[in-house]
Amino acid sequence: MSSARIFFIGGLTSYRALFNWLSPWILVPTFVVGPITQILLFAYIGRAAGIGSDEFFVIGNALQYAAIPCLFAMGNTIADERRQMTLGIILATPAPRVPLFLGRALPVIVNGFVVSLFALVVGGLIFSIDVPPEAMLPIVAVTAVCAFSCTGLGLVGAALSLRVRETAVLSNVIFGVLLIFCGVNVPLDDLPGWMASVAAYLPLTHGIAAARELADGAAVSAIVDDVALEVAVGTVYVGIGMVMLWYFEWESRRRATLEMA
Amino acid sequence: MARVFAVAWLLHLKMLSRSAFDGVLGVLWPLFFATIAFLMYGAGGDDEALLYAAVGASVMGIWSSVSTSASSAVQRERWAGTLELLVIAPVRLPVVLLPITTAMATIGLYSMVATLLWGRFLFGIDVPVEHPVLFCLSVLATVVSIGMVGFLMAVTVVRYRTAWALGSAFEEPVWLICGFLLPIALLPGWVEPISWLLAPTWGVRAIRESALGGTPFPDLVLCLVVGLGYAAVGMFFAERILTAARRNASLALS
Repeated sequence: MSSARIFFIGGLTSYRALFNWLSPWILVPTFVVGPITQILLFAYIGRAAGIGSDEFFVIGNALQYAAIPCLFAMGNTIADERRQMTLGIILATPAPRVPLFLGRALPVIVNGFVVSLFALVVGGLIFSIDVPPEAMLPIVAVTAVCAFSCTGLGLVGAALSLRVRETAVLSNVIFGVLLIFCGVNVPLDDLPGWMASVAAYLPLTHGIAAARELADGAAVSAIVDDVALEVAVGTVYVGIGMVMLWYFEWESRRRATLEMA
Repeated sequence: MARVFAVAWLLHLKMLSRSAFDGVLGVLWPLFFATIAFLMYGAGGDDEALLYAAVGASVMGIWSSVSTSASSAVQRERWAGTLELLVIAPVRLPVVLLPITTAMATIGLYSMVATLLWGRFLFGIDVPVEHPVLFCLSVLATVVSIGMVGFLMAVTVVRYRTAWALGSAFEEPVWLICGFLLPIALLPGWVEPISWLLAPTWGVRAIRESALGGTPFPDLVLCLVVGLGYAAVGMFFAERILTAARRNASLALS
């Protein structure tokens, strides 16, 4: 019961307290304007370069934009504890670490999911994307899976932020890597071989591919493998993130460096 | 006044150079987008379009280093507790703010060089500079005029506590509307008149014309004229906002 309370109530409280981007003054430019301008930018570059279709860029960029809340919110919900001098207090509590940290991830997943969904709908309307009605619900599900896997990577970033002072720079760099490698704007076949190989181990790659297949009329059964891989990648990152958080906490206690970065 | 400008510009240039956000990310961030543009145009197989994008991509960093940072330039002084000192100094506030935003634009030159080298060595894009002198002048004019755009942004969003978010939201639209990576003619017709009002449009055109061979001079002049227009509007707002802040005793508030 205590773990459930820490997971749900503690997670939501931490998210609301530490992720200051929920202010409309940041939320609107970042989560409303940002994804749409990214879609417009790359869709028009695509037209100029003569590659891809509007649908390709809308789906790729809308799903990839989940990375903004997933990376930054995860980073903030843990690194900001230190900035506000509450990290030591949190870690001194006997609260089990798994619900403590994973609880913070749940609202972030919802945030990433909503941002991506908004970008999909608005981007789709702007470019008059024609998606089969039966594909819509599965695409929504794939969007949620992408938000989950991206939050897994966000958890790794959050763990690193216990050691890296410039969390905003770190999150931006990870965002840029995802933008280039995951087949968001350049089909994986057109990327250099080593980049396409790396992409297979990053979140979003398989989810974006699945969503594009669905939009092109593929049956749900045809994308099960991609979705399963996306879930697997996300789960692995969650695991790595939890291990890193445990290790950095342990090392910080041993070396008395919790408040340093 | 010239000494204040020069000293403030150099001081802020040094500080920005040592900032991970403005220095390191200022180079990396436009490089991510330039890489994607190179890959996209490379996949399209049009060498001319790739060259067009390469020149524009090199200028993206100048705008990026201004759009987010300049919006919160005044706010940063407020947080640092130096805004009151700057306001009561015998030098007028615009003379202090202009070199800050110009230094931000100057930092973008790191990104410009990095993007050109990145394109040259990783993608084999050899950007010819047909008119070297005019190219340098065009770059200088672009830096100055984008710095002036940043000055206007810094002044007008002074009451907006999280102005960085607004500035950040301007980054990609300006890349798009000003034709950094694609010809403006490909955008809807109503966008073009908007692009004429934006100094980066003329700056990137001047740089492109001088690099690829053309007549950059008219664009260069327009870039400076539009930039000076921004500076004039910024000075007007700065005086009014400052007077209001003194009258209402709200300088430290936001």
